Amino acid sequence: MKVAVDERGYYGNFGGAYIPEMLYPNVEELKENYLQIIHDPQFQKQFRGLLKDYAGRPTPLYFANRLSEKYSTNIYLKREDLNHTGAHKVNNTIGQILLAQRLGKQKIIAETGAGQHGVATATVCALMGMECIVYMGEVDMARQKPNVERMKILGAEVRPASSGSKTLKDATNEALRHWINNPVDTHYIIGSVVGPHPYPEMVALFQSVISEEIKWQLKEKIDRENPDYVIACVGGGSNAAGAFYHYYENEKVNLVAVEAAGKGVNSGESAATTMLGKPGVLHGSKTLLMQTEDGQVIEPYSISAGLDYPGIGPVHAHLFESGRGKFLSATDEEAMKAGIFLSRLEGIIPAIESAHALAALDQLKFEKDDIVVVNLSGRGDKDLETYIKWGGY
Amino acid sequence: MSLTTTSNRINQLFEQKRERILSVYFSAGFPELNDTKTIIRQLQDSGADIVEIGVPYSDPVADGPTIQDSNTKALKNGMSISLLFEQLKDIRSEVTLPLILMGYINPVLQFGVERFCSKCEEVGIDGLILPDLPMAEYLDEYKETFDKYGLKNVFLITPQTTEARIKMIDENTDGFIYMVSSASITGAKSGISQEQIDYFERVRALNLKNPTLIGFGISNKETFDRACKYSSGAIIGSAFINVLNNSSDIKKDIDGFIKSVKGKV
Repeated sequence: MKVAVDERGYYGNFGGAYIPEMLYPNVEELKENYLQIIHDPQFQKQFRGLLKDYAGRPTPLYFANRLSEKYSTNIYLKREDLNHTGAHKVNNTIGQILLAQRLGKQKIIAETGAGQHGVATATVCALMGMECIVYMGEVDMARQKPNVERMKILGAEVRPASSGSKTLKDATNEALRHWINNPVDTHYIIGSVVGPHPYPEMVALFQSVISEEIKWQLKEKIDRENPDYVIACVGGGSNAAGAFYHYYENEKVNLVAVEAAGKGVNSGESAATTMLGKPGVLHGSKTLLMQTEDGQVIEPYSISAGLDYPGIGPVHAHLFESGRGKFLSATDEEAMKAGIFLSRLEGIIPAIESAHALAALDQLKFEKDDIVVVNLSGRGDKDLETYIKWGGY
Repeated sequence: MSLTTTSNRINQLFEQKRERILSVYFSAGFPELNDTKTIIRQLQDSGADIVEIGVPYSDPVADGPTIQDSNTKALKNGMSISLLFEQLKDIRSEVTLPLILMGYINPVLQFGVERFCSKCEEVGIDGLILPDLPMAEYLDEYKETFDKYGLKNVFLITPQTTEARIKMIDENTDGFIYMVSSASITGAKSGISQEQIDYFERVRALNLKNPTLIGFGISNKETFDRACKYSSGAIIGSAFINVLNNSSDIKKDIDGFIKSVKGKV
């Protein structure tokens, strides 16, 4: 099945660029230039160099022996948690800041929810000596204080988003407004495979290094490129898009996306967008969206601050609608248990986002010789407080 | 089609008048849920030429803090599209001004595009401003339905819009063009700079078939007068919301504000 984005910026029925005219020139500039810039050998050399020497890639593909025994199959962990700044987010921010430089931009803005993308953006801005403003919901700033301070240490200005529900979606709105007000000298580094075309595809391209590595690493280890399953958590969906990217068109590879069910899909406190959402438009693309009957955006809930986004990247809406992707969900409780389970079994404390992907192992039936790759998108250091509060270890 | 047979009130207005047109925006359901009709009636009585009725949305990205805030308050008051159509049911028995709904595409999609347009026609809406509905999607999927129900879709242009694109927008528009005065969200900047005047003159020199109204940053008589030098008129939003926000007698304050902006003719 064809998953690739079409020339209008759509994945099947989802995507596009639903933006006010004020943003048209910026987005058009990106659209006209991003592929050419990314495929330029000089760009690739610099991008690959930084991924290797600065971010620490390739990240290991680790055969999780004891976890595999538990599930009577073969489970590999793609260790995105070992990237600099602690998650896959930096793959994208390195790519986008190099792109921003080539577009002649001097200033960078970003949105952040839990703060991981904000930190990854502040990091590359420090690296490149560029001015950085990160918008963060007031509510998130209060509950993710260490990341706020981390961004400040890195020299970024953190601006509170105090409109609407004061969380990630509002931080995104504020960043878009900032871009409208500063269209010429500023590049907006979106942190996930969301936003107007070409953002979803551009971010996915930068993250696709994940599946590119999985392919050759599997080849090296077991002499086959394709696993039977790739499992990843989905908020906006950038780590999943990266882990799925080179497998989209190989239908023998089961692509499993795991959403955050919060306190239960039907509890009223959930972020399981494909279960609860309807087609709609948010932040510039048509996608599945949690909303009221009247089309007002609903504030989602998950214990994991990186998964509580009311939408989902348009590519994932397409994977869901077309059936190419299998969409599961894990509750707070299932994810926390899976996180503690992995810590005990393999000595790896995962980010609570990634723990959702691990929780899905319980919901799937594997054959003994199946090859299963779980994308371990981030490490749990940032979630220590949540783990402590949860207890149960 | 002869010019005199057009039935759309926007077209009729611009046929009669090409200068000092004042269009006023407010958010439906703000400051109180049932103020909608009172505000429209008063705007007509006080001399506004067009009324833009804001359809509240939770995530209005093109709007600044003032209008975001009025949107949020209107939603808290219980405003919805269905209720708005209910409130506007008999508006045409008292109001002859062109009425435009301004909002974002998502609530329209949920209501159903065809159902929305049909309701618009039923209550007597003349046009729509949906800032996040792009031109390409409009032409492919919406225009036919909008046309069927006699709705004029109003497009925005900004100082960054290229000449070719302005011409393309002009070609696909039949009503007026909303000329955003600066690179900004609503209510962000006030006053009109030389740079903006250059842009207004650049657009005027294109001799577009559609009239233009200047919006964003228009807040009082002085800015209205300046905008009118370069276009058929101007649009006031945030400044009017501020009037409503601080008012204990909205009819009186609307009257005072509109008369102060238009001044003595």
